[in-house]
Amino acid sequence: MSWEAVIGLEIHVQLKTRTKMFCRCAVGALDDPNTRTCPVCLALPGSLPVPNRQAVEWTIRLGLALGCEIAGHAVFHRKHYFYPDNPKGYQISQYDEPLCVNGRVRLPGPDGVAEIGITRAHLEEDAAKTLHVGGAEGRIHGATASLVDFNRGGTPLVEIVTEPDIRTAEQARRFLQLLRQTVVELGISDAEMEKGSLRFDVNVSVRPTGSDELRTRTELKNMNSFAFAARGIEHEIERQIATYESGGQVEQETLHFDPNREDAPPLRSKEEAEDYRYFPEPDLVPIEPLREWSLDELGGKLPESPSARLERVLAAGLELRDAEALNAEPARVSLFETIGEAGVEPRAAAAFVLNDVAPRVDPARVDGAELAKVLRERDQIPREALDAAVAASASKGFTADEYLRERTVADASELDPVIDRILSENGQQVEAYRGGKEGLLGFFVGQVMRETQGKANPKVVNERLREKLKT
Amino acid sequence: MIETLRLTAEDAAGMLERGEFSAAELRGAYRTAIDERDPELHTFLTTVDEAEGDGVPIAFKDLISTRGVETTAGSRILAGYKPVFDATVASRCIDAGLPLLGKTNMDEFAMGSSTENSGFGPSRNPWDPDRVPGGSSGGSTAAVAAGLAPWALGSDTGGSIKQPAALCGVVGLRPTYGTVSRYGIVAFASSLDQIGPIAKTVRDCALLYRIVAGRDPCDSTTVELPQPVELPEAEDLRGLKIGVPKELNETEGIEPGVSEQVNRSLALARELGAEVEECSLPRSVDFGLPCYYLIAPSEASSNLARYDGVRYGYRAEGDGDIRQLYARTRDEGFGDEPKRRIMLGTYALSAGYYEAFYGQAQRVRTLIKQEHDALFERFDLLASPTSPTVAFRLGERTQNPLAMYLSDVLTIPSNMAGMPGLSIPCGLSDGLPVGLQLIGPQFSENALFRAGHALEQALAFDYVPERLR
Repeated sequence: MSWEAVIGLEIHVQLKTRTKMFCRCAVGALDDPNTRTCPVCLALPGSLPVPNRQAVEWTIRLGLALGCEIAGHAVFHRKHYFYPDNPKGYQISQYDEPLCVNGRVRLPGPDGVAEIGITRAHLEEDAAKTLHVGGAEGRIHGATASLVDFNRGGTPLVEIVTEPDIRTAEQARRFLQLLRQTVVELGISDAEMEKGSLRFDVNVSVRPTGSDELRTRTELKNMNSFAFAARGIEHEIERQIATYESGGQVEQETLHFDPNREDAPPLRSKEEAEDYRYFPEPDLVPIEPLREWSLDELGGKLPESPSARLERVLAAGLELRDAEALNAEPARVSLFETIGEAGVEPRAAAAFVLNDVAPRVDPARVDGAELAKVLRERDQIPREALDAAVAASASKGFTADEYLRERTVADASELDPVIDRILSENGQQVEAYRGGKEGLLGFFVGQVMRETQGKANPKVVNERLREKLKT
Repeated sequence: MIETLRLTAEDAAGMLERGEFSAAELRGAYRTAIDERDPELHTFLTTVDEAEGDGVPIAFKDLISTRGVETTAGSRILAGYKPVFDATVASRCIDAGLPLLGKTNMDEFAMGSSTENSGFGPSRNPWDPDRVPGGSSGGSTAAVAAGLAPWALGSDTGGSIKQPAALCGVVGLRPTYGTVSRYGIVAFASSLDQIGPIAKTVRDCALLYRIVAGRDPCDSTTVELPQPVELPEAEDLRGLKIGVPKELNETEGIEPGVSEQVNRSLALARELGAEVEECSLPRSVDFGLPCYYLIAPSEASSNLARYDGVRYGYRAEGDGDIRQLYARTRDEGFGDEPKRRIMLGTYALSAGYYEAFYGQAQRVRTLIKQEHDALFERFDLLASPTSPTVAFRLGERTQNPLAMYLSDVLTIPSNMAGMPGLSIPCGLSDGLPVGLQLIGPQFSENALFRAGHALEQALAFDYVPERLR
């Protein structure tokens, strides 16, 4: 039997607003512990939340970017659990009336475009950070003391939940990559996994290919990179298939990866159906986005989505690897496209942007049209001239002309007389070459280059020399 | 020597202005009265030695956060807790120049109708120290009645200002939900809690309401008052239509002496020119109490989750893991009533029960509001007793929570509807004060003050407890 995986993602993105979600403390999770706190985010008695308007607006923008419907009426709920990172005993989150629902994201890949449904994107507050001292591997179990840093507590956090539309680990990786880029390009989050501003959990189950059943899923937590996640998912898919094929049953459980040891097998925990006792947050009034914002206006200001860009770049015939590398920055793609429009073949254009431009200058500042003029003549100019042009291409007033003046002589009718003269002046070496010492070709090339003060096109010189030396 | 028993805040302010005494002398007189009478009455949990302000001093119910001054909400779990910030109402009083006298006793987390649920011992009624002052703002109402504070702030969730005001023979306003900031108020049931004034006269209540009311950017549920607060002047009730809901006036358990005084007040209202007519709130009274006891405990179970011994207040001693720390702290720190309501509320919010309990109660709450709205198309105000009974004896209802809950049966319906209510003393029954409850539509405080003031003048109730005269 053949199997397919059913994968859903739950992604948390910290917004980089100036202040926290429900108080005016500066967002600064990494500042000295407990220096970014106030009565609200410490849950002192009587403190009340006031929503951060910027965070709501950014969540709506993200929702629009993910093709979501924006709710006319959105409600904050209280989600209850007891833990020291949750000072109120509840987290202010959203439940059955989130800000954004029913989105769709196009996920381009080497085999075409998959559509991934976005169940919802909602706004909530991040928990504080706990540090357990004296226990094994920093876990609360067995710790001698626990410290709490409330700086992170109350940071605006957007939770994005996908439909279980993802079928492979590679798709999951690509989706995460695109989502990360989307929030970064919207300017709403740094989305850096190392800093914890982007975190995600993965739900995985498998089923016979073609079936539409949903079998028991496991949840993968604590993965520290997209590549690691892809490997983790891959292993989990294989494990589940093997379980079914040996007549076993997959149990609902959570697999916690140790982000510091990529090779470590995950810790497993039975999933308890936790009862969060959700109810509408009585300290806040419902949000009415359609009254407070013009969605047309917010939507109109959205940059092009990384997904649409990737789709175009792949359509140009690039390999996924190059396409993703280009797509990492909008400016790379636009430079790639400008160069392409100037007549440079896509693979060459991509290689040029990735290998020549990106490592040296900021593609966003490059005058692509001018640089393309130089690039088109790359065979006619010395390597140094091209490099100089690339280096200068981000400077003000960059023009191609200066570098094209270095254009090499590639016209055989110009080069032939010089070549003929050099061959006739060096009869002895011509004899030796024809006698089998083909290494002498370099000698002739050098002579021609010296004779033309380096302006001869080496490729053409080579061709012409071989041709003439043959006879 | 300033005699505080009869002195109203308004009169005191006038005398301060005329230089008859200084603010320090005035405050000193109240401190002397507290020293004299509070050992018996136990209305204050904390008194403040130094307070700024050149106006008329004030007392706060102990759930109003006061910077640097212990704020316990009547709970041992907050013993020793000194807020680092002032509640918005406290700031507004400071800005108005009202020096703080101290923090008054209350039922733990405002859960109760007698102050007997206080973690620090009950307060006593100045009219009869064997009886309760009502609650949960019983410390504030008893302090005002006994001349230990000219006015005070209390909080009202199910009737916690109106009912103790009635039992102590003082005036108390539960304002329209959303007109007074809850920022810095130790929360009990967020969708019902309101801060309001307690004083000897309706005009004093209006003056204090003027100081504390209005939108607060720190409380998203507050609104700007549609009209400024007016000090009532009129002594007649001409043009006013008062509805008398029979369910609020004839419900089982209303003492005959209470009905008698309320009926006498309504007759007086007619003489003052009001039209008084019977009407009906068929569902609000039957359903009000059960719905309240789903919604308030649900919200309380959530609001009290923060008291875990980790950051402030009481923390249980001993070794153990975080679960044990939570459990022991909460077991030792909370009294029986909060525990009872946390359990009720936790159950009502549980998955699978939410819709049947909390969800259903909220829908019924909408019905209750609609029923009130409909009556206010015909009437300007509604009238009823505030409490079915006069002050009861200490210990009388402590063994029967349901009997205690019934103390608020007449105040809860309009609270559930978000409507404001004013309780004014309207006479004595067996030598104990009876309260008249006036209920208005949302934002009708000015109408309540006007009617309350006119009736107050006509009733000429002597608010000084007989035994202290």
